[in-house]
Amino acid sequence: MNTIARSEPSADADAAAPKDTTLIYRQSRWTRLTHWLWAISLFFMLLSGLQIFNARPQLYIGKESGFEYNNTVFAIGAENTATGPRGYTEIFGHRFDTTGVLGWSGPAGRETSRAFPSWATIPSYYDLGTARVVHFFFAWILTTTLVVWLIASLINGHLRRDLAPRLGDLKRLPQDIIDHAKLRFHHTREYNTLQKMAYGGVLFVLLPLMIITGLAMSPSMNAVLPWLNDLLGGRQTARTIHFTVMVLLIGFFIIHMLMILAASPINELRSIITGWYRTDPPAHGDTERSN
Amino acid sequence: MAKFEISRRKFLTSASLGVSSIMLSGCDAFDSQLGMGDGLRSFLENANGLTYRAQRLLAGHDTLAPEFSEADIRQPQRPNGITAPDDDTYKGLLANNFADWRLEVAGLVEKPLSLSREQLQNMPSRTQITRHDCVEGWSCIAKWTGTPLSLVLDQAVVKPEARYVMFHCLDTIDRSLSGEIKYYGTIDLIDARHPQTILAYGLNGKPLPVENGAPLRVRVERQLGYKMPKYLYKIELVDSFANVGGGRGGYWEDNGYDWYGGI
Repeated sequence: MNTIARSEPSADADAAAPKDTTLIYRQSRWTRLTHWLWAISLFFMLLSGLQIFNARPQLYIGKESGFEYNNTVFAIGAENTATGPRGYTEIFGHRFDTTGVLGWSGPAGRETSRAFPSWATIPSYYDLGTARVVHFFFAWILTTTLVVWLIASLINGHLRRDLAPRLGDLKRLPQDIIDHAKLRFHHTREYNTLQKMAYGGVLFVLLPLMIITGLAMSPSMNAVLPWLNDLLGGRQTARTIHFTVMVLLIGFFIIHMLMILAASPINELRSIITGWYRTDPPAHGDTERSN
Repeated sequence: MAKFEISRRKFLTSASLGVSSIMLSGCDAFDSQLGMGDGLRSFLENANGLTYRAQRLLAGHDTLAPEFSEADIRQPQRPNGITAPDDDTYKGLLANNFADWRLEVAGLVEKPLSLSREQLQNMPSRTQITRHDCVEGWSCIAKWTGTPLSLVLDQAVVKPEARYVMFHCLDTIDRSLSGEIKYYGTIDLIDARHPQTILAYGLNGKPLPVENGAPLRVRVERQLGYKMPKYLYKIELVDSFANVGGGRGGYWEDNGYDWYGGI
């Protein structure tokens, strides 16, 4: 399996650039395919998820939602003021005016009370039922893709070769942080330490946590795994974690985009579309001398 | 190779333009495809069947929903949907404290029944402290007391061809050209015979209040709130959704919710 996946494009490589040693085949077709399936599913899950959140734009801590007591940690809403309706966002009791985006938004003169704005939800109008159809469809795609990726990456060595943390990663970490801060990137076959942490964090922590907290909100899954909500701190805490992980994934996405733009967008995109990646010429000892 | 790469790049350019135009124009880009009966919507709805089968496979027939302790009841049960039916029939029954109310059991049964509140309350009861999960996302823990639906079904003797229990309600949820639409919904016989599925007449140790569905509502603890109709007056055993509202098995189902509200 490993040999087949790795050697397949070598005919192309020989024909196109027989002597070009800096152009390497970096991403297997499994990595590329699953990457784009995640990108598509996360896009739809985010926008349908925000629509689902709009149905109850509050987050609570505990087993249930406090109506006669307060266990709300996050809320988006609208209120009437002397100058007209305003949107607000409340985090741990601290209130921020978010009119125009969160709580109160829409075309000028036709604003409405809605937590996340129309442009950030699928469908654009309020429709919880449809958002659930979209959300659960892509939940299956996302989860299946994660399982396929895990199996393929175990077989083709991607996990062991590219993602598994090594002792050297820890030693390189300080220099790696400095390099990233200075936007100085080394184009090598290997992922650097921060990349391993980011990709590993998304694939082994955030996405599994998203799936687990999603299942913890399901009353039928609660019958199957009654201990799950006890472990997470209750169904409403699970919902709050689900939302928080969404925010962390958006954070990852923004940094991911910025890093690609800063590193070399065409080269990075080529590697995740075709698999081919141009590495730095080996002759210049930049890495060693930069210390 | 070179040609191949260019076409990929073209694809990428148009794809990213497509994505950014979606982002810029707002997500109404998908709106026209997501209405009831639209092609994309119908395709995506296939996942509902998969989700249902996966839940049935994992949860089986009789696994119980988590039950809680008295200490977990910290507030009154939050009412939702219709909380004060404005229907004359209902108001008439309420004025008489439901003395004239009957629960009819009809359809595909050997012995149709007409049960008074007293008759129901004289049957063996079950009390359970469970968490009510609304499809909107909130939860509320309360103690429910009622008659196991399975006992009522056994008394009526369900015919073998029956597949679903349909609940008929007294509250008007919507109005259409053909008149008022009273709330309705269905569950299958697996959930109908589940040990925690009860016809509840008591809430937190008191008679079920009007806002929570008096005189009788159903509790289906492994599903979401919209699967637990309030203000019941008739249970009908049916073999398909053909004569159930718009044909998708319930009022909210006809408005786009999944029939199995297990997630």
